[in-house]
Amino acid sequence: GKLTLLCDAKTDGSFLVHHFLSFYLKANCKVCFVALVQSFSHYNIVGRKLGVSLTAARECGQLVFLEGLKSSVDVFFRAQAEPHPLQFLREADVGNLQPLYEFIREALKPMEDGQAAWRYPVLLVDDLSVLLSLGLGAVAGLDFMHYCRVAVCWEQKGNIVALVHDSGDAEDEENDILLNGLSHQSHLILRAEGLATGFCRDVHGQLKILWRTPSQPAAQRDRSLTYQYKIQDKSVSFFAKGMSPAVL
Amino acid sequence: MESVVAQAGLVLLRDSVEWEGRSLLKALIKKSALCGERVHILGCEVSEDEFREGFDASVNSRLIYHDVFRDPLNWSQSGEALPGGPLGALQAMCRRTDPGPVTIALDSLSWLLLHLPCPALCQALCALSQQHSCPGGGSPAEPVRVLCLLHEELHGPGPLGALSSLAQAEVILSGTMGQASAHILSRRPQQHPTRQTQWFSILPDLSLDLQGGPPLESQPHPEPHTPPVDPTAHMTFNLHLSESERAAKDSLTLPFQFSSEKQQALLRPGPRQATGRIFYEPDAYDDLDQEDPDDDLDV
Repeated sequence: GKLTLLCDAKTDGSFLVHHFLSFYLKANCKVCFVALVQSFSHYNIVGRKLGVSLTAARECGQLVFLEGLKSSVDVFFRAQAEPHPLQFLREADVGNLQPLYEFIREALKPMEDGQAAWRYPVLLVDDLSVLLSLGLGAVAGLDFMHYCRVAVCWEQKGNIVALVHDSGDAEDEENDILLNGLSHQSHLILRAEGLATGFCRDVHGQLKILWRTPSQPAAQRDRSLTYQYKIQDKSVSFFAKGMSPAVL
Repeated sequence: MESVVAQAGLVLLRDSVEWEGRSLLKALIKKSALCGERVHILGCEVSEDEFREGFDASVNSRLIYHDVFRDPLNWSQSGEALPGGPLGALQAMCRRTDPGPVTIALDSLSWLLLHLPCPALCQALCALSQQHSCPGGGSPAEPVRVLCLLHEELHGPGPLGALSSLAQAEVILSGTMGQASAHILSRRPQQHPTRQTQWFSILPDLSLDLQGGPPLESQPHPEPHTPPVDPTAHMTFNLHLSESERAAKDSLTLPFQFSSEKQQALLRPGPRQATGRIFYEPDAYDDLDQEDPDDDLDV
């Protein structure tokens, strides 16, 4: 029951989302993917490079995929009485994400017949900052993640992986509240940053890993590590700071 | 640190993402429980199981957990949520009637501050920490200590300032190089506020280990499980010389070094030594003057 927070600053951290998606599908977990940023085919293409077929996973029930781009349009063409996960787009006042939470809970419910076809459930969200852009408040986003933690991490001992963008210098207060609030609740924070000196062809960025155990004191060493990385076609290579093969 | 935190009233534990404060909160709760106090916990951020992890059975039996985490906004409509929501739960704690010294822990105050209006929260905290007499009357005032966990980055200076002014003690968590420190600001009535810094660590059994000073090593520990990376492993040029290359290098004569061989070669006018010949084609503008230009010098 762990919450892993992915955040990116001045770079694109979506490679981490693709990694975790293929990782959990290969590990035979039931995955609910709330994909608000890209279409299904985009993730499918990248997933195939990483060795998983999202189409096959969706057909056999291992993957529940909420395609935000397509279904957000459905909200406006449906009868208002029917609940929709992205119902808040239609509401005039400050909404909440309870319908989305109900959708996720329903999707990751253990199967009634008692057969454990999949290992523990996993919720992937890509990404939460988009919800703020769509008019949701930071507290509503935090409440949504709170309830997901209750349902997925605590009740079903599953994991959650969520991506949040760090606005950095842009001084987006709502985003900062969402990011910091989630950071305090996470067990592991992976932060992809662009290099301080700018773009580089051979080193795409830097990854900071911070282990947090919100309630248990951890050993003080090994709490935080920093690696630099380069994204290749089918994998990402990591190396210690300054040790890129291109530099040596 | 112990005397400061042992006093009654509101104690704020201000933590950050990098230096989390829940383990310190749990250590202080354990200390209170071992002193025989009853501890009420309003849990909003983590589940009861996760919070109780690390406490042993004797401590756990003295903890009374009010679970707001499970359904704070009553989305499940199952009737399990605490009546009145989080504010109702907080106000209910103000009205409890058990005797004896009591410690109340709010995990976390940040959660309450994000969901409740600041004035209502401040009023509830005041009522909580200044609770003096039991409703039965006659018995003397019982000390109530309220420990609140507050995440600094989530709030603006206004609410933080308001809560600071209510607190009898504030503990700000930070640290360097893996060692946590607490800056303690305590305000006792009719005394100047005092500041002190205490380095500490929390042991796995949640007891507090106070340390004298900052860590002595000036460098962080080398990580023993990662082998040192050899930077010369994948280089495109050669850093070392083989034996034959070294011999060749040593036997090389440098072009401008005046060795004995060169001296002999210059002194011996060899038959093959051809003097250099200069072929000169004068241009139209050249002035060929056969006189020696230095003739007029009187040297």
